[in-house]
Amino acid sequence: MLTYISIIVTAIFVNNIVFSQFLGICPFIGVSKRISSAVGMGAAVTFVITLSTIVTWLLQECVLNPLNLQYMQTIAFILVIAFLVQMLEIIMKKVMPSLYQALGVFLPLITTNCTVLGVAISVIQKHYTLLESITYGMSTALGFALALVIFAGVREQLEIADVPKAMQGTPIALLCAGLLAMAFMGFSGISIG
Amino acid sequence: MKQPESNLKNMVLSLGGISLVAALLLSWVNGVTEEPIKEAEFKSQTAAMEMVMPEHDNNPFDERFTTTVKGAEVTIYPAINDGKLTGAAVETSADGFAGKITVVYGFEADGTIKDYSVLQHSETPGLGSKMQEWFRDGQGSRSIIGRNPGNENMTVSKDGGKVDAITAATISSRAFLKTLNNAFKAYMEYSSNQKGAEK
Amino acid sequence: MNKIKIFLNGFIKENPTFVLLLGMCPTLGTTGSAINGMSMGLATASVLMLSNMAIAAIRNIVPDKVRIPAYIVVIASFVSLLQMLMQAYLPDLYATLGIFIPLIVVNCILLGRAEAFASKHGIVDSLFDGLGIGLGFTVALSILGSIREFLGTGKIFGITIYPESYGSLLFILAPGAFIVLGLLIALVNKIKKA
Repeated sequence: MLTYISIIVTAIFVNNIVFSQFLGICPFIGVSKRISSAVGMGAAVTFVITLSTIVTWLLQECVLNPLNLQYMQTIAFILVIAFLVQMLEIIMKKVMPSLYQALGVFLPLITTNCTVLGVAISVIQKHYTLLESITYGMSTALGFALALVIFAGVREQLEIADVPKAMQGTPIALLCAGLLAMAFMGFSGISIG
Repeated sequence: MKQPESNLKNMVLSLGGISLVAALLLSWVNGVTEEPIKEAEFKSQTAAMEMVMPEHDNNPFDERFTTTVKGAEVTIYPAINDGKLTGAAVETSADGFAGKITVVYGFEADGTIKDYSVLQHSETPGLGSKMQEWFRDGQGSRSIIGRNPGNENMTVSKDGGKVDAITAATISSRAFLKTLNNAFKAYMEYSSNQKGAEK
Repeated sequence: MNKIKIFLNGFIKENPTFVLLLGMCPTLGTTGSAINGMSMGLATASVLMLSNMAIAAIRNIVPDKVRIPAYIVVIASFVSLLQMLMQAYLPDLYATLGIFIPLIVVNCILLGRAEAFASKHGIVDSLFDGLGIGLGFTVALSILGSIREFLGTGKIFGITIYPESYGSLLFILAPGAFIVLGLLIALVNKIKKA
């Protein structure tokens, strides 16, 4: 049990995917202008990462490892993720149109979100079991969503602030991200178990 | 040449063709690089091991012995010179500040630390990452070289021990010394077993 | 369009880091030192040149609807090739750059150039586009890495400029990456407008 709590806390706070591992920066900067879209993106990413981690883990253990095809990992994973996102989009549109309305626009962006592939490769490198992988994937995604929502909150305030011309847009956003990363450093060193 | 129409046959054919070419290319390169990759991995492991080891005339890699101390896996590469155990290289890891720290220690026959080498870590750059230099630095009581964990308490001074922790990186230092004490314990057990066997 | 113009366009006018703001993850994640930033840039540049050429070569035999998956397969193959070669011949560098090597696959620069340039131009032009964008990326990463290394440890490419104890560690750590990149982009904005 302790392992799981430790994985969750570490992935959300201590090794936050955005602030300490630098993954998923593009959507982090791109989709964080409004809190509402940040929540949508966060939810979509959580969904896709959890699902894709299960599939890629099974793919590695049941296909690539027995056949000694580890060198096909990168290519196999990215194709599975792209396929999965496409399928998800089609299924969602048919079965849950209301959810699709909310999350649909974010789905195509997720294929090139490096958190998805990053988590899939990380859990293999860390030799996690399936259950640990799911826990890690889900909490990493929650950490991403948390970072995104906090950051969107800051940026909504930024809009009414008086920022020097050259600093407007991405530069000031990056500076704020730096300050947030500093705040998240306060979590580092926390270890459970 | 005109781009072919997007009908099912063309799509399957072109994607299949590209994947086939990609797979063939990859498997070929995999065949070519398989040996060098193994060699590079082996070399990086044995190079560190040889560096910290006392003089020996055996092949420590083939005579390695794995055990566990307090839940941590420890690998001992015994150094044998003239039929006698002259020490060993001992490899083990512990959880540091930001991930696993793996260190290999060289022990003399009586457990005195001859040298060490940090094989893997992901500690904070500039702080915990100083491990490789810090614990051999002559200043104060930083250096662990030439000391014997059997005679003194090799933990950080905050924990009542006799080793100066890396400035602002107590957690990394603690993890480092944990690997040291586990490695030492494993080595002493191993060497007393060996002596028992000789008698 | 002549070759030099294509090269300069990618290198300066459409610099992936400072102007297009693409490929932020490796930009922030691997620039703790100048040499790491440069290595990452070169690794990305080599994949980009090869994938650009391959995609330009197959652009007329791939049906429009499956173009994106086809590009992804091409890019992923070159990344895997690079991974294996680095593991075999540059194991230390491979260990330092870690997960960012396989993640070149999802670097938006590669798919972006495939879609925006290589799918519409010839093989040689695409090579030059890859070269320009790739080197632009490499230079940007090297600059960022140098500044962070200089402020953090007093060194550039491992050569000591001032004693390490005066350095501010913050710049080597995560927050420094965001802050230095933010200021650099602001600087580029300022120069462009002036």
